Amino acid sequence: MAEQTEEKKEPESKRAVHTYPLIRHSDMNDEMRTEAMELCVTACEKFASNNENAARMIKETMDKKFGASWHAVVGEGYGFEITHEVKNLLYMFFGGNMAIIVWKCS
Amino acid sequence: MLLQEALARRRATRIRDGDDMTDMGDTEGEDWMHTKTLVKPDDQLDLSDQASIISQLKEEFTRILTANNPHAPQNIVRYSFKERQYKQTSHVDQLAIHFTLDGNMLHKDSDEAKRQRARLGLPEVTQEAAGSEGGETTPAAAAAPAEGEEGKEEGKEGEQTEETTTPAPGGAEAGKKLTNQFNFSERASQTYNNPYRERGTATEPPPRATFSANVTQWEIFDAYQEDFEKQEKSKEKKTIPGRKEEEKTRKKLTITETQGDDVSRISKAAKIIERMVNQNTYDDIAQDFKYWEDPSDEYRENEGTMLPLWKFSFEKAKKLAVTSLCWNPRYKDLFAASFGSYDFMKQGNGMILFYTLKNPSFPEYVYETDSGVMCLDVHKENSYLVAVGFYDGSVGVYSIGKKEPLHRCTAKNGKHTDPVWQVRWQKDDLENNHNFYSVSSDGRIVNWTILKNELTYEDVITLHMPDSSGEGPDGTKVSTIGCGTAFDFHKKNDYLFLVGTEEGKINTCSKAYSSQFLDSVDAHNMAVYKVRWNPFHPRIYITCSADWQVKIWEVSSQTTADKTEGISNESQTKKPLFTFDLNNSVGDVAWAPYSSTVFAAVTADGKIFMYDLSINKYEPLCEQMIAQKKKTKLTHLEFNPFDPIIIIGDDRGNVTSVKISPNLRKMPKEKKGAPPPDPAVKEANEIAKLEKLLAMVREPSDDKK
Repeated sequence: MAEQTEEKKEPESKRAVHTYPLIRHSDMNDEMRTEAMELCVTACEKFASNNENAARMIKETMDKKFGASWHAVVGEGYGFEITHEVKNLLYMFFGGNMAIIVWKCS
Repeated sequence: MLLQEALARRRATRIRDGDDMTDMGDTEGEDWMHTKTLVKPDDQLDLSDQASIISQLKEEFTRILTANNPHAPQNIVRYSFKERQYKQTSHVDQLAIHFTLDGNMLHKDSDEAKRQRARLGLPEVTQEAAGSEGGETTPAAAAAPAEGEEGKEEGKEGEQTEETTTPAPGGAEAGKKLTNQFNFSERASQTYNNPYRERGTATEPPPRATFSANVTQWEIFDAYQEDFEKQEKSKEKKTIPGRKEEEKTRKKLTITETQGDDVSRISKAAKIIERMVNQNTYDDIAQDFKYWEDPSDEYRENEGTMLPLWKFSFEKAKKLAVTSLCWNPRYKDLFAASFGSYDFMKQGNGMILFYTLKNPSFPEYVYETDSGVMCLDVHKENSYLVAVGFYDGSVGVYSIGKKEPLHRCTAKNGKHTDPVWQVRWQKDDLENNHNFYSVSSDGRIVNWTILKNELTYEDVITLHMPDSSGEGPDGTKVSTIGCGTAFDFHKKNDYLFLVGTEEGKINTCSKAYSSQFLDSVDAHNMAVYKVRWNPFHPRIYITCSADWQVKIWEVSSQTTADKTEGISNESQTKKPLFTFDLNNSVGDVAWAPYSSTVFAAVTADGKIFMYDLSINKYEPLCEQMIAQKKKTKLTHLEFNPFDPIIIIGDDRGNVTSVKISPNLRKMPKEKKGAPPPDPAVKEANEIAKLEKLLAMVREPSDDKK
């Protein structure tokens, strides 16, 4: 971890520009997408040091707002292959190093 | 032994009979056995002496009876711990028991009794009630009621038994009746259970999709980088809103395109459906058109009627007048109608509509124009070409199926300066170019030729007033022009044509001479609205005018005979052969295509007149009101070349079709007898027919001369 952080520091200056949320892939409708995106941003800012809590917050809030069975993954490096209900997927980057995927599948 | 037994029974019965009987029975029955010996106690008073009796009786014995037990101790002392001294108890038990006898009876319901009963194996309660005592006391006691001479004790017992036995029968009765008050009966029944049935449906699961990706720092970095670049670009362009608009318009375009495609895809089907619906809706009219023949015609010799059939009206053309009508030469159910306004003050747009009899509800083709359309003509061979004359003086050529005109002349290339009143296609010229003529109020008659992509013009003749030309030498040399309003080309002789003018003149002209007329007739007092050659007879033509008159003329024989020689004596045909006054401005007149002697005319008061000269030279065979509203002027009419129907236009944008009754059209056939199949013969017959009539008319006119 220590090495990684050190490595990061160099491009940090460049990357500092791009900390805005960037939606990479989504098939949600506009309203839902913006809401989900904002939620992800809030969660990641709130639990900047704890991805698990951030993911939990995203999942629980989405469950409340859009019905049960949401799943959220927050992390810096991972691979995934998921099956989601159509119109219920959001894959976005945030903060320059964070990837968040939120999807619904019951 | 037997005797004793018998005695014993007797006694027993007596004792049973009752207590009071015993004394009597004893005295009577035992008299013979006992002697009269009285046994007396020794101390018994002898009451035989009277005085002693009295004294004895008076003697008083005083005795006090107390409940105190004489044997009970009187001075029982007990130590009282409370007072710590001996104290005499005041209460002494006075009870003395002299005799005790424990009973051996049990209550039948008691536990002990039940136990005993169980032991004895007597299940029935009733039997027990009767004999419980007897059975329980002794076997002797069981016979106790039978033996009367037992001791008092026994007697008492017997009484007791009797007392207990007396209720016994009652008990037996109760045993029968008496129900156990704790009796409990359980009843149950089972209801029928409805059978279960399972039913299930499965909803379609919400659609799902799979998505996979790998999150790595460099991917995130690249994504941001890419997005950043994009943003930079868009900032540079500053066309974010523009782009959106572009997208929108693009979207719209695609939408309209697709819609257009959709509509065009079903257009044919829609058209068929429309036709079918119309066929159903107007079925009765179609039947009339095909089969209905006015049966009353058989009884009327010289009269006919017209049956209104379809009425064609189009919402957008409601306020326009029908300015011309033309049947399509190829499709006998299709006709074109032009719409404009005859009112100088109310000029506006115009319209060309193509209707088919198969669809009276909506026109087949609609062309809207910026200027009123005053006339049109459909090309004879190429029926898709339509020549059109406008109120603004221009002419145009439309092709059916194309929204825009193929050609339209402008001020630069020969446009008329006044409304174009009539256009007419001509045979293709030597170079096989389509060409047509137009006549206008500006006095020019122009030949328009369609060269590849343009419309060229050539003035054929300029109408001048013969009077003014006469005034010419006067010095003023003002060439007053005649205003052409109608023309018609001779059916046989290409070059020969007639021009009607606003001044009421009919000029016979030739395409070959642009400066002169072959002939000129002051035909009417007002504007000539229509001039038409007879379809059969080469020298006869008909005119109609605003001066309420319809006239039939004959071109002078010289002129027709020596067409090439040109001018001849004009005086020859100064008089019409026939004149008909229709009591209102005559908008149009037309020869029937089937007979040389039949023609029809429409007037401004909404009537149509139909004449057959071979039947009646003075009165119309039919005079009928066509307009449905008052003040509707009929403007034009046209015979269908094949079917016995006429279309009539009015100044409210309606086109009415009427079927002419047999009386109005059977005459020529009748004349001919068997109709000859050869059209040439037919034509000859028609000419002969008309000639016969003319002979009658000509003579008086010749006489006059």
